[in-house]
Amino acid sequence: MTPGNTPARREDSTAGAGPEVRAEILSEADIARTIDRIAHQILEKAGDEPVVLLGIPTRGVYLARRLADRIATFSGRPCPVGSLDTTLYRDDLRRRPPRALEETSIPAGGLDNLTCVLVDDVLYSGRTIRAALDALRDHGRPSAVQLAVLVDRGHRQLPIRADYVGKNIPTAADDDVAVRLTESDGRDAVELIRA
Amino acid sequence: MTTTIKATTRSAANGDSRGDSAVQPPAPSGMPRHLLSAGDLNAETATLVLDTAERLEQAMSGREVRKLPTLRGRTVVNLFYEDSTRTRISFELAAKRLSADVINFSAKGSSVSKGESLKDTALTLQAMGADAVVCRHSASGAPQRLSAWVSGRVVNAGDGTHEHPTQALLDAFTLRRHLGELAGRKIVVVGDVLHSRVARSNVLLLSTLGAQVELVAPPTLLPVGVGSWPASVSYDLDASLSGADAVMMLRVQRERMSGAFFPTAREYTRSYGLDVRRRAMLPDHGVVMHPGPMNRGMEITPAVADGDGSVIVEQVANGVTVRMAVLYLLLSGEMETNA
Repeated sequence: MTPGNTPARREDSTAGAGPEVRAEILSEADIARTIDRIAHQILEKAGDEPVVLLGIPTRGVYLARRLADRIATFSGRPCPVGSLDTTLYRDDLRRRPPRALEETSIPAGGLDNLTCVLVDDVLYSGRTIRAALDALRDHGRPSAVQLAVLVDRGHRQLPIRADYVGKNIPTAADDDVAVRLTESDGRDAVELIRA
Repeated sequence: MTTTIKATTRSAANGDSRGDSAVQPPAPSGMPRHLLSAGDLNAETATLVLDTAERLEQAMSGREVRKLPTLRGRTVVNLFYEDSTRTRISFELAAKRLSADVINFSAKGSSVSKGESLKDTALTLQAMGADAVVCRHSASGAPQRLSAWVSGRVVNAGDGTHEHPTQALLDAFTLRRHLGELAGRKIVVVGDVLHSRVARSNVLLLSTLGAQVELVAPPTLLPVGVGSWPASVSYDLDASLSGADAVMMLRVQRERMSGAFFPTAREYTRSYGLDVRRRAMLPDHGVVMHPGPMNRGMEITPAVADGDGSVIVEQVANGVTVRMAVLYLLLSGEMETNA
C-alpha cells in the first residue's frame, strides 16, 4: 500500500491545508454491489473447492467479512474468514518508525490445501501483498492464493496483479484514495483526493 | 496513519538540525531509544509494548514456521556479566524468533577474565556492529554507561539491585492476561525489596499502568527512601493479602546478603512466606507470581507455587513474547532515527 517515502493514504486528510479536490468514486450502494459481484466471481472461479478469505488489516478485514457473508448467502455454505497482519514481513521496517501490530487470526481449519483469497482495500505498490505472501508461507500451504481488492489505483512496484478488482482508478502518485467503511469510519465511500 | 507520518517528518527534521549530537531524538512512536529502566516507558509506550506482545503471540500461534523475518540481518549481542538462565535464554529465543543473529557473550571465558573493562568490551561490540546489546551486570547503572558507548540500542536485562525492566513488562503482560486492565488493581509485592531489581521495575511500571502497588517486607529489607516510591508499604502480609488481585513473591537473594537481615529463615518464612493458608486469603481471581528462581519452602511453599492461580510457568513463556516485542519496537525504524 505504501511505497517508498510517499504517504500513500493519508487517512485524516480533511485536516490538510490548501485546496484539494475530492471526488466520490464509489458510493455506499456501489460498494455493496461491488462486493456482491466479487463474491459471485470468487464462487464462479472456485466451483466446489472450499475457499478461505484472509483480510489484510484494517479495512481489508472488514471487506473480507462482508465478502464471506455474501459468499455464504450465495452458496449456502459458510465461508471461513480470518485476518493476516503483514507488518512483521514488510520490507521498510528499518526505514519507518515502529508500527503497532494488527490482528492475525487464521481460521481454525488452517490454510493447507485450500484456496486462499487475500482481501485488501487498495492495491497500490504491491508491497503489502508481497509481505502477505511471505506471511502466508509461514502459516501453511494453500493450494492456491488469489487477491481481491476494492480499488486498484495502479503504480505497481512489484509484479503483482489482483484476481478480483472492484474498480480500477487511474491516479497520480501523490493522489490519495480514501476508503471509508462503516465498521471503522461510520460510512461507506471511496474518495479520490487530488493533491 | 497520517499522524505517524507527520510525526516522522518532524522528528527527522529535528534530527537533522541537531546534527550528530549526543542527544539522540527518541523514536517517533515515543519509544525510548534504549530500555534501561521501566521508568523510561510512559503509559502509552508501555501499553504499546504489551499490545505488540499480544499481537506477536497471535501471529506466532498455531503456525508451521515459528519464526518471523522481521529482524533479518540484524545482530543482537547478549552481554551477560552475571549468571542467568531464563533471562538469557529468553532473550536469545526472542531474537532468534525474529530472525536476528545472536551472539552470546558471558564474562566467564571472555577477555573480561583477562581484565578488559566494560568500556573496551563495549567498543569491541561497537566495532563489530551490534544493532542491540542486551546487558546484564552486577553493577547498578552499567547498561546506562554502556548506552553512551555504543550506537546500537541497549536493553537492560538486570543491573545489580537497580532494575530489570523486561521482567516488569512480562509481569504486567501476565497480569493483564488474568486481570484485564491493570488500572485500580492491587498488586502486593512481598519479600526482599531491598535487593530486588524486579520489585523496583515493577513498582515503576505497574504504577505507570495505574495499578496500586503495595510492598510488604521486614523493615530491614526495604531500601532507604522507599517512601518516595509510587507504592504503599506494609510490614504485615496477612493484612495486605485481603483484597489483593495478585501477589508477587520475590526471591530472598542470599548471594547479595552480607549482613543479618532477619533472624532465621524459619522466622522469615513464618512472617513473609506464602503458604496454603495465606493463599486462601486471596480472592478467587487472585494470581500468584514469582520471577524465579524460587527458594521453595522459603518465600513460597511448593503447594502454592504449583497450585491453582499460580502463573509462574506462564511468566517464563510470556517472557519470550514480551522480549520479542521490545526488540521489534527498539530495532525498527532504526535507519531513520540514526540518519
